[in-house]
Amino acid sequence: MDFNLSPEEEAFRQEFVPWLEGVIAEKGKIPTFKDAEALDERVAWYREMQKKLFDAGYAGITWPKEYGGRGGTLIESFILDEEIQKRAAVENFNGIGFGMAGGVILAFGTDEQKDRYIPAMLNGSEIWCQGFSEPNAGSDLAALSTRAVKDGDDYVINGQKVWTSMAQMADQCILVVRTDPDVPKHKGLSFFIIDMKTPGIDVRPLVQITGDAEFNEVYFDDMRVPRTQMLGEEGDGWKISIATLMFERYAVSQYGSFRRSIDGLFELAKNVTRNGRPAIEDPVIRQKLGQFHIEVEILKHNTMRSRSKLLKGEVPGPEGSIEKLYWSEMNKAMQEFAMELEGPYHQLMSGSKWALQDGMYQFAFLRSRGNTIEAGTSEIQKNIIGERVLGLPKDAARAAVKK
Amino acid sequence: MVDTAFTEEQDMLKRSARNFVENECPPEYVREMWENDEGITQEVWNKMAELGWMGLLVPEEYDGIGMSFQDLAVVFEEMGRVPMPGPFFSSVVLGGETIRLAGTEEQKKAVLPGIAMGETRATLALMECDPLLSPAGIESVKAEPAADGYAINGIKLFVPDAHTADYIICAARTDEGADPAKGISLFLVDSKTSGLSIELLKTMDGGRKQCEVNFENVAVPESALMGQKGEAWPIISKVADIANAALCMEMVGGMEKSLELTVDYAKTRIAFDQPIGSYQAIKHMCADMMLITESAKSVAYYAAWAVSEDTPDAPEAVSMAKAYCSDTYRKATGDCIQIMGGIGFTWEHDAHLYFKRARCNEHLFGDAAFHKDRLVTMKTSA
Ligand SMILES: Cc1cc2nc3c(=O)[nH]c(=O)nc-3n(C[C@H](O)[C@H](O)[C@H](O)COP(=O)(O)OP(=O)(O)OC[C@H]3O[C@@H](n4cnc5c(N)ncnc54)[C@H](O)[C@@H]3O)c2cc1C
Repeated sequence: MDFNLSPEEEAFRQEFVPWLEGVIAEKGKIPTFKDAEALDERVAWYREMQKKLFDAGYAGITWPKEYGGRGGTLIESFILDEEIQKRAAVENFNGIGFGMAGGVILAFGTDEQKDRYIPAMLNGSEIWCQGFSEPNAGSDLAALSTRAVKDGDDYVINGQKVWTSMAQMADQCILVVRTDPDVPKHKGLSFFIIDMKTPGIDVRPLVQITGDAEFNEVYFDDMRVPRTQMLGEEGDGWKISIATLMFERYAVSQYGSFRRSIDGLFELAKNVTRNGRPAIEDPVIRQKLGQFHIEVEILKHNTMRSRSKLLKGEVPGPEGSIEKLYWSEMNKAMQEFAMELEGPYHQLMSGSKWALQDGMYQFAFLRSRGNTIEAGTSEIQKNIIGERVLGLPKDAARAAVKK
Repeated sequence: MVDTAFTEEQDMLKRSARNFVENECPPEYVREMWENDEGITQEVWNKMAELGWMGLLVPEEYDGIGMSFQDLAVVFEEMGRVPMPGPFFSSVVLGGETIRLAGTEEQKKAVLPGIAMGETRATLALMECDPLLSPAGIESVKAEPAADGYAINGIKLFVPDAHTADYIICAARTDEGADPAKGISLFLVDSKTSGLSIELLKTMDGGRKQCEVNFENVAVPESALMGQKGEAWPIISKVADIANAALCMEMVGGMEKSLELTVDYAKTRIAFDQPIGSYQAIKHMCADMMLITESAKSVAYYAAWAVSEDTPDAPEAVSMAKAYCSDTYRKATGDCIQIMGGIGFTWEHDAHLYFKRARCNEHLFGDAAFHKDRLVTMKTSA
């Protein structure tokens, strides 16, 4: 075992950090969550920053050079994410591009598709969204009913997606639809890449419990797309959808942002009181601070262990569910603790005169409630771990549906 | 490159340890050892000695193999799967490491070769009737100057395997100053010294024997003093870190085995016409158990590496591992009993061996709450 970074990895960090700090200094004020009305400004900064990363050779760390990536390692990618997140230098508005679309296009796409989409993702000019969930198909994704009907060289698509994050600002969408209603539900699906400016799309933002409108309803009304926009073959939709979710679980590490959260909580504990004493002296608070510090560090070690295996050529498998389950549940509990630590002040939102840290933890607390729902709920992750990692049998009801 | 995998040699060591514990220490053996006051047969002890495990950390100049703690760690992980009874942990880690780190040249020459060969056993007497893993915890056992050396008085509790040890290393107070960290000394005491009485305690975990060690005017020569008088705390603290890193490895081995027992059972036990593992209440408990087992491994491996390399963050890494492994081993072994139902509650079934080991290991060298607090102290005093 060796948990030290190699000289090359250390050198990568030494080279990247000054560059990053230079960019931050030059930018001055970075728009954050506080500016809920300023979502556009936040997204614009993302695009600008991504372009800078690309121009400096820091985009798509692990992706092939021929498509504009760096051809680097998963550890370098971890370092980059960590340094950006620790400084809250930019919000990643293209998590779906990097975490899902990019991976499956590289794995299943034609050369033309790779050339067309990967560089544009890396240089910040295109943001992606994911059209999987529907009103009647969430966890049970294969029950989806948005229909694509073949018409000459095109497909004509009708139906509705929901909870589609970033759809209102996205340029491209990975869309899974039903092409054959007459075969068992997992077999009749196909996977498309859709330009969000295609006629027939209607995007309606939905406001979340944070006040942000990050996700949307997306309606398709006789939207026409050419066959060349399909990823893989007709009927491959289920296979590619599952692969999408596996990629997601490895692509973006969030250690840096959790590190920032827990470090902030240590500071907060020194500055707020509990029973008339600094909270940091309270034994119960100390236990919880210790616990979350440990859990955040374990997230890093878990990530390092799984990445270190992938570096040796193992392919991402259902074990990725362990990481997703781990960080989402951890963050929910940690943000809950932040509210406890702030006491009555935890009610004060950003903009309130007395709000602590300008309401940073209020936003994080509310946003964390989505973590255990998005990208597969915790219950679904536990089913995957139970059945596909541990080999436990499916429950009778679901086993019967499959037949 | 960051590489969290074991080396090929470590994998081999792990496999040979797996073979050994499975063949030589099956559950029947473990149960016999619960009833046996020594906690080990001479035969098994000799075989472990032949495999060289007892000398892994002993430097070559004292007839050991001089390997790193990481190597010993993989052996502990496998021992945790049984879970291993007997004085291996106490003699090799508590005895051997304390002597290696604190002993004088004469003491090392006299004792370490025997430990490495398995001919000598030693242990460390640390905790007192008010158990506290901090300088203030070494309080009631005192060593006072006497003719040609010192006289030790007081009671030590929870001393692993003192009843079968040839040497008992005693942490005693030699000075009562304002700073409790000053004035603690270690003494290498021959267990046959008069005035020393040792009583085996009746403990919940019958596999890890613990004793009361009563010092009544135990006269030891000046040469029994280990290192500088009054300066032992930093070394004790370091030994405790090493010991905890070893206990954590044992705990993750036990968690892995508990998970296997549980999942195997959940696949085969039928209720309402279906395997119980098909029911989500059970399946999700198993998934959670896997998550905490893997996470415990991540942090235990990191701590083992940090201790092995003596990194500046080793004490923090150990506290993280000890706190997390304690909480999760307790949880995993408790859920194992729950999922087994009635059979899991029987003495017959192995589940309780792990359940009890979880509690024992947690309380040797500081429990989860202690280590979380210690971690916050380290984090905020930096
Ligand atoms: C912040 C956020 C962003 C999102 N972004 C996107 C996006 O960009 N694109 C997209 O396609 N989707 C997105 N989603 C949707 C998300 O993937 C779904 O909400 C999720 O898969 C759950 O589906 P559902 O909401 O229909 O709930 P349901 O599937 O109806 O689940 C309701 C409850 O039942 C439980 N449940 C369901 N089936 C089982 C089972 N077999 N066993 C045990 N319990 C079960 C669930 O765990 C949950 O607790 C987003 C969601 C959130 C919260």
